[in-house]
Amino acid sequence: MVQQAPVPVPDSVLEVAGVDKSFAGVHALIGVHFTLRQGEVHALIGENGAGKSTLIKVMTGVYRPDAGRIRFAGRDREFRNPLEAQAAGISTIYQEVNLVPLMSVARNLYLGREPRRLGLVDVRRMNRDAAAELRRFGVDTDVTRPLRTLGLGAQQMVALARAVQVDARVVIMDEPTSSLEPREVDTLFEVIRRLKDHGIAVVYVSHRLDELYAVCDRVTVMRDGAVVHTGEIAGLERLKLISLMLGREPATVREEGATAFDADRDAATEGRPALRATQLNVRHRLHGVSLDIRPGEVVGLGGLLGAGRSETAKAIIGALAADGGSVEVDGTVLRRRSPAAAMRAGVVMLAEDRKAEGIIPSLSVRENIALAALPRLSRAGLVSQAKQDELVRFFMDRLRIKASGPDQRVGDLSGGNQQKVLLARWLCLQPKVLLLDEPTRGIDVGAKAEVQALINELAGDGLGVLLISSELEELIEGSDRVVVLKDGRVVGELAGDQVSEDALLGALAQDGQDRQVGQVGQVGQDRQVGQDRQDHDKEPQS
Amino acid sequence: MTTLAWTGAIRDRDRLLRLLQEYGVYAALAVLFLVAVALDGSFVSSGNVRIQLFQVAPTLLVALGMALVIGTEGIDLSVGAVVALAAAVVPLYLGYGLAPALLLALLLGAATGAVGGAMVAFARVQPIVATLSLMIGVRGLAEIVNGNSAKPVTDAALLGLGSDSFSGVPLMAWIAALCALVVGFVVRRTTFGRRLVAIGDNRQASRLAGLPVRRVLLTVYVVSGVLAALAGVMIVGHGAEADPANQGLNLELNAITAVVVGGTPLTGGRVRVLGTVAGALFMQLITAVLTQHDVPNSYTQIVEAAIICCAVYASQERGTR
Repeated sequence: MVQQAPVPVPDSVLEVAGVDKSFAGVHALIGVHFTLRQGEVHALIGENGAGKSTLIKVMTGVYRPDAGRIRFAGRDREFRNPLEAQAAGISTIYQEVNLVPLMSVARNLYLGREPRRLGLVDVRRMNRDAAAELRRFGVDTDVTRPLRTLGLGAQQMVALARAVQVDARVVIMDEPTSSLEPREVDTLFEVIRRLKDHGIAVVYVSHRLDELYAVCDRVTVMRDGAVVHTGEIAGLERLKLISLMLGREPATVREEGATAFDADRDAATEGRPALRATQLNVRHRLHGVSLDIRPGEVVGLGGLLGAGRSETAKAIIGALAADGGSVEVDGTVLRRRSPAAAMRAGVVMLAEDRKAEGIIPSLSVRENIALAALPRLSRAGLVSQAKQDELVRFFMDRLRIKASGPDQRVGDLSGGNQQKVLLARWLCLQPKVLLLDEPTRGIDVGAKAEVQALINELAGDGLGVLLISSELEELIEGSDRVVVLKDGRVVGELAGDQVSEDALLGALAQDGQDRQVGQVGQVGQDRQVGQDRQDHDKEPQS
Repeated sequence: MTTLAWTGAIRDRDRLLRLLQEYGVYAALAVLFLVAVALDGSFVSSGNVRIQLFQVAPTLLVALGMALVIGTEGIDLSVGAVVALAAAVVPLYLGYGLAPALLLALLLGAATGAVGGAMVAFARVQPIVATLSLMIGVRGLAEIVNGNSAKPVTDAALLGLGSDSFSGVPLMAWIAALCALVVGFVVRRTTFGRRLVAIGDNRQASRLAGLPVRRVLLTVYVVSGVLAALAGVMIVGHGAEADPANQGLNLELNAITAVVVGGTPLTGGRVRVLGTVAGALFMQLITAVLTQHDVPNSYTQIVEAAIICCAVYASQERGTR
């Protein structure tokens, strides 16, 4: 398949050779070799902290390597900044969309290279072209709307369309599907195949193995800053891939199952609920949602994007002002509804958006863990350093938080470790009920397994858990019971043997008056309504 | 090989900038001091040092409050007007003694801070707008109270507060230093201080972590108002007159300058108390040196502007590590 030709191999468009990079003495990349061939889709995988992001940043000029070289299009290159890399033909699509939220969709698409007429931006042509262009990416929308009113998935498509337009030879996608619906993923794959046909090489970073097998040609596995495997993906056993990533034997992985949840755990199905939410109403978003969580029980919350899962959790802790309904903890009705009041009653929520609603980025690991527990660690407003250190040490050990020490800035940790810091923040309050909104999203396989095992263990200790997850596997294996939401209403509940993928899909599909499940994921107005609702959550509530 | 040299240089530059960000203000202060002494040996005479300390003390007090407000990603433009208000009311109540008059001034400072803080915390007015309106309104109020003319002050206790020294160091400087110690301790070691910084860094996450965001914001502005009022009383004592139309003018800007030069980022999430002290001293010293060497005031201002730009540049968060 590779044509024999003079060295270097002519079809390698981007070549990273022997690259080292370290930060403050920590080696992030050690002698990394990575070759990207023209027109291939190359998966780049590894746990968080394995060095994927650093490698990407080295390839795109964000970081400069300490040693080694980068060849692009047959020449040694040193990109001094991302702009240079982009100008040379390396486009990157990050997890977080890097566009201008208040500008129109069309403006964003043509930012910096607007079509002009008589020296002025030709708005009409720009809008027309943008609409046509985006339709090819499955986004059918009014391009004059501000970008932020689009769903995240659609925003990502805009970013992709923009990246492809600027004559890219290499497109790097960092977890492009993390905020996409299944239907959008299909569109993305079509786009990727089209890129391939045009000879554009794609680096594809994702934690979702299914996708890798569906769309990638070759795979590079990284672990602890080094490349541990590169090769064709077809024929590579999935288990082998996981074991390469984790550095563990395939047999161990097989034994432990796909998720780290313990299938045999007995859930308490009797007794007074630790939490009872009754008839929660939030205007336009929730309509009479009720649910119980008993001590030691993991209740899953199922539903599609925009069904009201995050809103339910937020309404329970009072982060979202409810128009009606009540919340009881251990039989006592919460009078005041605010995150602080819920916290005092023993109900805490791990927010979905780690960056915006979770971490305090420039504070240390210590301060982030102790933040909510400060009153317990202080007397007369003075923080006891001894108590605080003891607590922080305990949780850093227990959750195996990988940091250079308690003084490290949380913003510099990997996603998985940030999530653990946030879990520690809540667990040190010794809550009765834990609401987990996408606890394993965007974290690596290892940390994911650890978090899942922890959820299991906590429920075993008698904690009531509400689990929100878009991964069916996680929801099914992790929950004792699943409450299914649709359009802000409870449409079903699965318990015992009913907790299965088929039953869940059935529950989602049952509502006759509404549209079919398969059509819900459309990248059009339908979903944007759901996304708009989610976006509202990001605004501070009083 | 050139690659290595290149990246080595880059790393050194980044490290240099980081060092500069962390310790630049102290180094600059030391260098400036040495230069001042080299130019004129009498600069370190006890008389001159005392004059400088008298002048810097009120600015430092206001800057300490400002540093806290800036730590929450806010700004307090009303502090200069609070100084004027304190100056206006103090002479009216000196008849009851210094303590009641001082207390009343501090209460009014707290009240002004509470109004600004409430606007920011509850009505969610942007800090710059909320305190700008107070800056205008409160100075007007002060002039109404005072009757629009400077009044001489003769109360011995108040004059003592403004001009007495203890162990050769002005009482005002002792008070400012004590306040700096307290504020530093509060920021590092108390729940209030930790919360303040967390709120400045990520307000939404702090709210979801159950922090009393509104209470903390309100308190921060109250503290800023009280410190400004204390500074106002000192200024009246030192000048031996109450002149609300002129006292405290531009003080809010000098305070912000001290905070920024001291390396506290305007984006919140960090409060550098010792840096603020150094920043206030630095600005005081540079003005003194230039003035004492007969540099016209207009040029002094240009130099100050250049220093502010350098400080802001050095204290910027670097994108890459």
